[in-house]
Amino acid sequence: MKSAERTIRKFGGGWRSAFVLLCFATGVVVIAARIYYLVLFNHDFLTAQGDDRYLRTVQMSAHRGSIVDRRGEPLAVSTPVNSIWVNPGELKPALDRLDELAGALNLDPDALARRITSNMEREFVYLRRHMSPAQAAGVLSLDLPGVRSQREFRRYYPAGEVAGHVLGFTDIDDQGQEGLELAFDHWLAPEIGSKRVIQNGRGYVIEDVEEITPARDGNTLRTSLDLRLQYLTYRELKRAVAENGAESGSAVILDPNTGEVLAVANQPTYNPNDRSQLDVARYRNRAATDILEPGSSFKPFILAAALESGQYSPDSLVDTSPGTLRVNGRVLTEDNSNLGVIDVTTVLAKSSNVGAAQIALSLDAGHLWQVLSGFGIGRLTDSGYPGESAGVLNDPQHWRDIGQATLSYGYGVSVTALQLARAYAGIAAGGVMRSVSFAALDEPPPGQRVISQSTADELMRMLQAVVLPGGTARRAAVANYTIAGKTGTAWKSEAGGYRENRYTAVFGGIAPASDPRLVVVVIINEPRSGAYYGGEVAAPVFARIVEGALRQLAIAPDGLNEPPVTVIASARVNP
Amino acid sequence: MALATTDDWGPNQQRPIRSLLSGDLRLNVDPVLLLTILAISGMGFVVLYSAVGESGSLLLRQAVRCAAGLCAFLVMAQIPPRYLRVWSPWLFCGVFGLLLLVMIDGEVGKGAQRWLSLGIVSFQPSELMKLAVPLMVAWFMHDRPLPPTLSQLSVLLMIVLVPAMLIARQPDLGTALLVVAAGGLTILLTGISKRMIGGVTLAGLICAPIAWQFMLDYQRARVLTFLNPESDPLGAGYNIIQSKIAIGSGGVFGKGWLNGTQAHLEFLPERSTDFIFAVMAEEFGLMGVLLLLAGYLVLVGRGLYIAIDAQDTFTRLLAGSLSLTFFVYVFVNAGMVSGLLPIVGVPLPLVSAGGTSMVTLMAGFGMLAAISGHRKLLAQ
Repeated sequence: MKSAERTIRKFGGGWRSAFVLLCFATGVVVIAARIYYLVLFNHDFLTAQGDDRYLRTVQMSAHRGSIVDRRGEPLAVSTPVNSIWVNPGELKPALDRLDELAGALNLDPDALARRITSNMEREFVYLRRHMSPAQAAGVLSLDLPGVRSQREFRRYYPAGEVAGHVLGFTDIDDQGQEGLELAFDHWLAPEIGSKRVIQNGRGYVIEDVEEITPARDGNTLRTSLDLRLQYLTYRELKRAVAENGAESGSAVILDPNTGEVLAVANQPTYNPNDRSQLDVARYRNRAATDILEPGSSFKPFILAAALESGQYSPDSLVDTSPGTLRVNGRVLTEDNSNLGVIDVTTVLAKSSNVGAAQIALSLDAGHLWQVLSGFGIGRLTDSGYPGESAGVLNDPQHWRDIGQATLSYGYGVSVTALQLARAYAGIAAGGVMRSVSFAALDEPPPGQRVISQSTADELMRMLQAVVLPGGTARRAAVANYTIAGKTGTAWKSEAGGYRENRYTAVFGGIAPASDPRLVVVVIINEPRSGAYYGGEVAAPVFARIVEGALRQLAIAPDGLNEPPVTVIASARVNP
Repeated sequence: MALATTDDWGPNQQRPIRSLLSGDLRLNVDPVLLLTILAISGMGFVVLYSAVGESGSLLLRQAVRCAAGLCAFLVMAQIPPRYLRVWSPWLFCGVFGLLLLVMIDGEVGKGAQRWLSLGIVSFQPSELMKLAVPLMVAWFMHDRPLPPTLSQLSVLLMIVLVPAMLIARQPDLGTALLVVAAGGLTILLTGISKRMIGGVTLAGLICAPIAWQFMLDYQRARVLTFLNPESDPLGAGYNIIQSKIAIGSGGVFGKGWLNGTQAHLEFLPERSTDFIFAVMAEEFGLMGVLLLLAGYLVLVGRGLYIAIDAQDTFTRLLAGSLSLTFFVYVFVNAGMVSGLLPIVGVPLPLVSAGGTSMVTLMAGFGMLAAISGHRKLLAQ
């Protein structure tokens, strides 16, 4: 206080010195108080804010699981790519270098400028996704503030359009959108991990602190497909659709003993690696999504019900005279010629609509429906394939006589190629129905018996007769193997009725007949090059697919002792 | 500095150098001042080493500046205040000339034209103005009766405001305000009346909107940001928010030397210069800050004590002005870093990296030591 008085004296005037000292003291107190305030009252908040700035949680990427065929051949793989993104606020000081950036990104400079300036308030804007690591490194080497790279994965399908439909595809964020990619998305999707890191003011990660959730790559999906058979099916179907000038086509190979899908092909198709060909019609896996009236290829299931009912045996006689069938006085259907009195086997071999209809009309509607439903008609195949159609099988109460008669030759009922194949597989497997599986199975799933073993055996014998000389499907025969199968030719239904000149040609077959390993269904939609019968258009495709498939699978010939019947076989020296 | 070239000593005047060398005089240093300065600088080195990311070469540059500052201190401390008084108008005119020169032919650094290159070193003449203005004011009033008349006051205001405006146009608002503070405090110490203080304050308030018109965009932004830093957290408000976080998260005892996350991870801007106070607070906490502030208080208290004991008007005004101006530096820097004041480019004295500021501050303390020592000589 003494010095204060002296100060007052020296600077002449009490209030002034007091004022100076007061200002001085106030300044000291204010600063100290401010620091106290920040440290003592805002400590937790400001510490948390500080931690937020450097302690960041970042994602750890992991790749989506591969899809492989049953033998391990890759069908879909994820390859690492880099996506360039920007924090526009950070880039602001370097906006004059946008042209450089546009050059490195290979983007239009004006569009890039618009993209950045119109998103100025955001903190994350993609500039270009899925660049190759080398291109991305070129962008990063510009060292622009706020421009960063993010590891992503791009899906690549080595088989291209061969397996395009069944596999489906993922979107740019690597999530399944269609096909097996969608059906098994949970299985394939990676678990994105997260970790806490220390990040500096320029956004670089300095140090990993801890892993919060580990990243896990997606699981590999081993499909039931066999890429060799898939390629074969694709090739033969494509050729047939082209040769016949058809609108579209589908082919399915099932393993009747397990229900596994060995191959699925459709035409037209697309390349999943290049989705710029944006034509929705090409994307459909028609074999699972599109329904058709199966025509005569449906007859085996009517006969299965007939044999199962005990009213018929393969040798039972049916009078098909005069080759036409009248229901309620109107001619409902006719055979190509008057076949007279024929046995049930011949009804199938000659594909007599009149015979089949007479058999169907003699059966109990409820029992018939039960057998058909047991074959999976009108029900989903349990394959889990996205967008699969269940087809249509009306309730027997609505059939009346006409309905029950037309059903016998495959009208008034709709199936998918997959459903039809599964139903044939039921016959091939001795009357046991199994779910359709797109995933490879370690052991056959339990099935559900729909018809007795003996009925199935009788049906197999009858179906073999179809392929023998005198049957409708001689062109489905394969040298040295026994084949069972049935043709179908259906008028396409449209709003208001059936079109006379537009057909669906169908063939469903089983090989080898003595020990079924393959069930193949071929559908050629609207052939326009003259031929349209299932036996002319679809059966040869079946034969080529089965011939190749049997060879690929090294299945021993079972028909060496039988007289060769195919064109190829007849060319041999030894008749 | 002008010292080396001036050689117009009168016959009856004792050369300071000679007095230094002749055995009857010891090296004149004020031990309290010097030790406190060394203590603060020492703390500064410790903090700076952390702030520059443990870079030895940057620390070495600061050491060179510090050595230059010590030389300035020692040299100025040997110059009797009466020589200083005689040189004052020349010094003022010289620095004013340099200021004009820098306007015409200065080097541009960080968007402002404030540097003058002297071959290997470049310095800011505006920093010298912080000393030249109070010297000039004290010189002007030393043989005139206090308090100044109204006309004298207007001359004093010109002495302060004209250089300040030149500096503000560089643009260097921080230094300009400090020059005004240094000059204004000297004028205040001349004992002007309440009415004059009131009048000048009123004039200042009236001029504020006009000054706003003359301010550059970034300067306006700083003022607006100061009023509401959260309005632009990524831009102008970033500095304040980051430094508040650094101070607040440091806590009472700090995070420890070299452990400041905000400084070391480069979240804190200008951490080796204007915002080094926040680095100190983060790593050494409230205790470190209080220790530093205590050191500054000792310096300012010692300076005021010297002013009180000063023998004539010139030295008393000069000593009082230098002490209080020094306090203003500390107050403005700490206030701006802790979010009390707008961001103006004022370094933390004796701690922030930066050459010219260090040398002028040390020269000022040298003058204080000289005033103190001269009084002692007279007393003997």
